[in-house]
Amino acid sequence: MNGLTFDIAHLLAGSLVLVSFMMLYQDRLFALINVFALHAVVLALSVAWQAYIQDAHHLYITAAIALVFKAVVIPVGLHRIIQRLGIHRDIETAVGIGPTMLAGIGLVTLSMVLMLRVTPEADPLAREDLAFALSIILLGLLVMVTRRNAVSQVVGFMSLENGLVLAATGAKGMPLVVEISVAFSILIAFIVIGVFLFRIRERFDSVDVGALDDYRGERR
Amino acid sequence: MAAVVGRRAPATSLVYGAALAISAALLAIVAGHLADNPGVVSAVALPLGLPWTGARFRLDSLSAFFLVVVNLGGAVTSLYGLGYGRHESQPHRVLPFYPAFLAGMNLVVLADDAFSFLLSWEFMSLASWALVMAHHRDEANRRAGYIYLVMASFGTLALLLAFGLLAGPAGTYAFDAMRAAHPGLLAAGAVLALMLLGAGSKAGLVPLHAWLPLAHPAAPSHVSALMSGIMTKVAIYGFIRVVFDLLGEPAWWSGVVVLLIGGATAVLGILHALMEKDLKRLLAYSTIENIGVVFASLGLALAFKANAMPSAAALAFTAALFHVLNHSFFKSLLFFGAGAVLSATGERDMERLGGLIHRLPVTSFVFLVGCVSISALPPFNGFASEWLVFQAILQSPELPQWGLKVIVPAVGGMLALAAALAAACFVKAFGITFLGRARSTAVERAHEVDRWSLAAMAMLAVFCLLAGILPGFVIDSLSPVTLSLIGDRMPVQTAQPWLSIVPIAESRSSYNGLLVFVFITISASLAAFFIHRFASHALRRGPAWGCGFADAVPSAQYTAVSFAQPIRRVFGSFAFRARETVEMPAPGALEPARLKVDFHDVAWETFYQPITGAIDFATDRLNHLQFLTIRRYLTLVFLYLVILLLVLALWP
Repeated sequence: MNGLTFDIAHLLAGSLVLVSFMMLYQDRLFALINVFALHAVVLALSVAWQAYIQDAHHLYITAAIALVFKAVVIPVGLHRIIQRLGIHRDIETAVGIGPTMLAGIGLVTLSMVLMLRVTPEADPLAREDLAFALSIILLGLLVMVTRRNAVSQVVGFMSLENGLVLAATGAKGMPLVVEISVAFSILIAFIVIGVFLFRIRERFDSVDVGALDDYRGERR
Repeated sequence: MAAVVGRRAPATSLVYGAALAISAALLAIVAGHLADNPGVVSAVALPLGLPWTGARFRLDSLSAFFLVVVNLGGAVTSLYGLGYGRHESQPHRVLPFYPAFLAGMNLVVLADDAFSFLLSWEFMSLASWALVMAHHRDEANRRAGYIYLVMASFGTLALLLAFGLLAGPAGTYAFDAMRAAHPGLLAAGAVLALMLLGAGSKAGLVPLHAWLPLAHPAAPSHVSALMSGIMTKVAIYGFIRVVFDLLGEPAWWSGVVVLLIGGATAVLGILHALMEKDLKRLLAYSTIENIGVVFASLGLALAFKANAMPSAAALAFTAALFHVLNHSFFKSLLFFGAGAVLSATGERDMERLGGLIHRLPVTSFVFLVGCVSISALPPFNGFASEWLVFQAILQSPELPQWGLKVIVPAVGGMLALAAALAAACFVKAFGITFLGRARSTAVERAHEVDRWSLAAMAMLAVFCLLAGILPGFVIDSLSPVTLSLIGDRMPVQTAQPWLSIVPIAESRSSYNGLLVFVFITISASLAAFFIHRFASHALRRGPAWGCGFADAVPSAQYTAVSFAQPIRRVFGSFAFRARETVEMPAPGALEPARLKVDFHDVAWETFYQPITGAIDFATDRLNHLQFLTIRRYLTLVFLYLVILLLVLALWP
């Protein structure tokens, strides 16, 4: 493999991790969704590059799905939800930005150490991809854990899924059917979560998941 | 079907009648098999259960013998149930599970792969649990059922692990494959320990016996008889099947372990029985003692087998199997008797019984037969099998290991002690319950029980006598089992003159039950004749030994507790940490003097209470986990994932 293709793949996957980091310190919802859209765009680029270097044409479809749904449809939908819920001015203060960033750095280190150690014989491109994908998944989980608002938890979940797609495209020979079904399941999850958001909102006048706990009669 | 018809009146007769017919048919088939072609093994594999293994069933001489025990007990119990079941207040809680319980026991004995064995074992456990919970409104029964369920699950877990070890990394669960594979020393030791835990907890080995005296009496009496007389035998079957058949050649120390546990179980079981004043609990504790005798005998067989002394091993093994058969006879008989007393008076507490020999003459006679048999007095069957056990113990000086040379006579001493205490215990059980004067009004209104129950009890009493006076036939019919598992057999007994039994050689020892029986009958008849002929016929009534009180009240008789007091004084302090406190009122004060005895179940306090305490503590702490916020649950999952990844990263 020549150096340039590897470097570009590396650059794109690395910038995906970087965008994940950006997601960690967004405390406004609109900003968070915008960063998520950027995340999806970078993912689409990365997948398209993989399709080009692996000469696998079906991956272009995956990239297109990522671009259309994740970079356009879902962010627009989330924007509308936020506007209809009237929570666009909410600021989240679950966990401080500093500790979150430090935790994120720790997680990325962990996934690098782990992946590079357990896959010594694998193709270097796939190795790097897997390591980055694991970091993105862990960062997505971190977003879900550190946020209190249901919308930002949804965003964390979606970015986690982006990491899965990255891992899947890095491995050669992933059938298209699998990716399409993953994309659709994410879309359905999005719809279901959206419905739930409105239901929670109707019931509790808030999408803070803490309200659910209050409803169960417990302290937080 | 039983569940559907359970509430209707004729259902009781129908279910017990059907169970009786099926058990009798199975008994006839198996007995025929055992008699006609003893060495033949017939196996069948059904396409059910685990893939590649299927459900395998196999009938060889060992399972045939245990099938005879199970189905003979099942048939007699069903006969008893025909009468006893009519007193049942809620028959629909008993009837559906009763045939299932019988079927489960039959299937365990027939199973030929680990999966069907465990499935049938669990089936048997659950069915018997449902029977224990038949009268679940009683708080004590609920507790007994709970403890039984916990111990049964624990036992099955141990069995599961044992079979897992036997199956090895290849994971072949058919018994044939396990027989062919020879596990290493460590694995064999682990399997032995797990079998002692798994089968031992079902059979009631100390210290795993805690559930037994709670659960066995809680069930209806005929089910108690099944659990105590038959189900413990199925557990022994499981132990024999694995340790003697599947595990291959034993090591000599495995015999030591089984011997010691058996001896301790025998002594502790009968000591507990002596302290008991509830008739059914007394019988349950006595079951523990008999299980101890059987296990000690099995341990002896292991020791002899490991030292390539097949004839002595065959003797010990035959003694164990013979005692299994005998115990199933007399323990069923005694539980039937206790059930008859219960249905006639509504009492299980011996302190409220007494003088029943006038009200229940037939029951008391057959109960006496059971007591004499279980106390190992000639000419009944208990003596024959325990005598064989002691004959095997007397072979121990020929063992090469010094450990065994020392331990076997010591265990023999413990068994002798247990036998003597058993006699004392059953003198108490019979004397306090049936002799003396009535201690409550319920006893005075008691009537003899129905004919079905009496027929069942009389049948068992006859079996006890027959097995006692003709032990040679039983021993000879056990020879195929010893031949297949030990590789040798006892000498042919039926060829001996005068139907004697000669375990090793005529010069060493022999016993003739028939002669003893004839002698006892003749001498007792002569004595009775002479007394009646030469003493006065006139009925004389005079004051009993009044000791200054001419009209002794019934409560001034010996009670169960006072009868056992001397023995409690001797053994109580170490076996139960018993403490007596006497409160003597000051001279002139009007309150009565009081004697208070504190008992502790040492096994319960040493083994069970720390475990329950730890579990309570942990559940108390973990209870908070039920009430976390969603975000915290997510955090927990996340942290768990990170920790797993960390472990993976740091693993060398």
